[in-house]
Amino acid sequence: MYRYDTIDREMLADRSAEFREQVGRRLAGDLTEDQFKPLRLMNGLYLQLHAYMLRVAIPYGSLNPTQLRKLAWIGRTYDKGYGHFTTRQNLQFHWIKLADTPDILDHLASVDMHAIQTSGNCIRNITADPYAGATSEEIDDPRVWAEAMRQWSSLHPEFSFLPRKFKIAITAAPKDRTAAKVHDIGLVVRRARDGQMGFEVIVGGGMGRTPYIGSTIREFLPANRLFSYLEAILRVYNRHGRRDNSYKARIKILVAALGAEEFARQVEAEWEKVGASVDLPDTELARIRGAFAAADFDVLPAVSEAHERAKAADAAYARFIRNNLKPHKKPGYGIVEISLKTVGETPGDASAAQMDAVADLAERYGQDDIRVTHEQNLVLPHVRLDDLPEVYAALKAAELASANINLVSDIIACPGLDYCALANARSISVAQHIAQKFADPDRAEKVGELKIKISGCINACGHHHVGHIGILGVDKKGEEFYQLTLGGSGAEDAAVGQALGPALPYDKVADAVDTLVETYLRERQGAERFLDTFRRTGVAPFKEAVYADVH
Amino acid sequence: MPTFIRLADGVFSLAEDAFTHVADDEGLPPGDVIVTLTRFQADGEALLSEGRKVGVRLASDEEVEVLAYDLPRIAVVALEYPKYRDGRAFTSARLLRERLGFTGEVRAVGDVLRTQAGFMVRCGFTAFEPADGSTPEDWQRASQRFRHVYQRSADGRAPAYVERGG
Repeated sequence: MYRYDTIDREMLADRSAEFREQVGRRLAGDLTEDQFKPLRLMNGLYLQLHAYMLRVAIPYGSLNPTQLRKLAWIGRTYDKGYGHFTTRQNLQFHWIKLADTPDILDHLASVDMHAIQTSGNCIRNITADPYAGATSEEIDDPRVWAEAMRQWSSLHPEFSFLPRKFKIAITAAPKDRTAAKVHDIGLVVRRARDGQMGFEVIVGGGMGRTPYIGSTIREFLPANRLFSYLEAILRVYNRHGRRDNSYKARIKILVAALGAEEFARQVEAEWEKVGASVDLPDTELARIRGAFAAADFDVLPAVSEAHERAKAADAAYARFIRNNLKPHKKPGYGIVEISLKTVGETPGDASAAQMDAVADLAERYGQDDIRVTHEQNLVLPHVRLDDLPEVYAALKAAELASANINLVSDIIACPGLDYCALANARSISVAQHIAQKFADPDRAEKVGELKIKISGCINACGHHHVGHIGILGVDKKGEEFYQLTLGGSGAEDAAVGQALGPALPYDKVADAVDTLVETYLRERQGAERFLDTFRRTGVAPFKEAVYADVH
Repeated sequence: MPTFIRLADGVFSLAEDAFTHVADDEGLPPGDVIVTLTRFQADGEALLSEGRKVGVRLASDEEVEVLAYDLPRIAVVALEYPKYRDGRAFTSARLLRERLGFTGEVRAVGDVLRTQAGFMVRCGFTAFEPADGSTPEDWQRASQRFRHVYQRSADGRAPAYVERGG
């Protein structure tokens, strides 16, 4: 893992000192809330329905045990004993007091963490593949590039007041776990025929009111020219993105208005003028790459007896393994996903005790490495198969052993009306009701991969547009209604979901999902996932079933 | 008289503003003036021939490239921030310095706040008309808040990766 050096640490210390002074001025009454707002928003501090919310950056979703324990400690000390992992691999504390925030930032800085650029119209936290460094699918370790981009984007003098927020994702694997195609920029590491490394550059994806799947504006960008090319994209956007209407200010609107070809032409023209002076020297890339050097893996047999014995003896263990263990690049190791979607709980929430438990496991069994996924789960990327029975037992003790990764109850949901000032409707309780419908794990496994995503308003923080089943909360004359969409995907087969029909009232949503699933089970052929069946049949059978039920 | 702060050799200080901002519908005062792009394009030649110094004020949607051939004759380019959130002037300033080679004064006008001091200086601004009552000391402190920077920009500061190279 990358370790902050003196320079990185002094950056955080300086930022923390600046914010302490700003909060001091606010508390002393020298700043009004209006004047303070832009300052706090540059530090991830939002004023929500009940309290301040602090969004802590988890750069490319990567944590070490010390950092996770510190988050647990902050949750215990300054919040209500928990934190909420977000769809951008960050962590939010929802019950923060303004006066505590400078101390919290200092505590974060003490473990090389911060809240820089987790809000505001700037370049936000970089999303990366949570299996980076562990999956055999990848061409390169995307964390190298994500860390380089973290530095480049931090307090960028030219791009801190963009028309709107700006999100970048990077993956180096064909299976996209970052939702690259619905980011402002999605980078996919590629190798040219001659072996040279580079990126496919996808621009203008996004969700919100007007969802778009991004367009590829460059099939192959040589890796050493990444930063000049990013500056060219950001500059074209900063100059020409709309600023008259915040709903039309994301880069996707500019790309759609110009057309991807014309946008690409403008970027190329600017890139030629930018030249190579802002590109990162190979020596710095090598330094960062060194920090991510392959962990020290033992040479192990591909089959672990302890693990096989446990599978045979314990059906619950076997189920956990079927759903939560993913193949590792090294024989004898596995990638363990830890679900934060225990039925009945809030998706993405983790208690302080749970965070401590995961930190302990990472330390004892997981090479000090923890990842956060954009689907609001955690990952121990390097676990020996021999250790899996102990890891499972500890997860079970911490109530973290839900065996539902990618299943129907592994739901993404935004905080919704329970916390958020923007929301029209509740998200969390809808997720809970749906999860309860599928509490029978046999049934959930029979249904297979099914991604449900719920947003409490059109801002789409719950990514409903790209849910296999998407659920959007809307307000109808003061009542909560929900618009369902089908067939979306945020992965490599990205698509925007298609509306099912009229919005449903709050108490009908879980039943409707149940009906959709039953319809799928009836219609499916062979090994089709829900998404595959929907893509084959279209919306008709689903629509018929749901609205026949409702009326 | 609004506050006018100038940055020279790394020091921010209160300065006498020799220039008068002139709107399009105003008559011309004597002395050095800052006019809009429209007025400069119409009357620039005449103003310069009178021996006065001339500055041009660009709205945030006006691109600095239009001044490319006039820059050697222009004393000041004033870049407008209609709102602090409108960040186009950061790009304009960088282009003036890095691409167009402008060595005169680049002035921030409009909704200019001390919290942006660091960014403005890094992009090549050298003069400021703050809208928040801030003082040269405030600007000095705000612009020196960070001991390091991560990117190359118009101020020539060595980014972290150069510092690390020792």
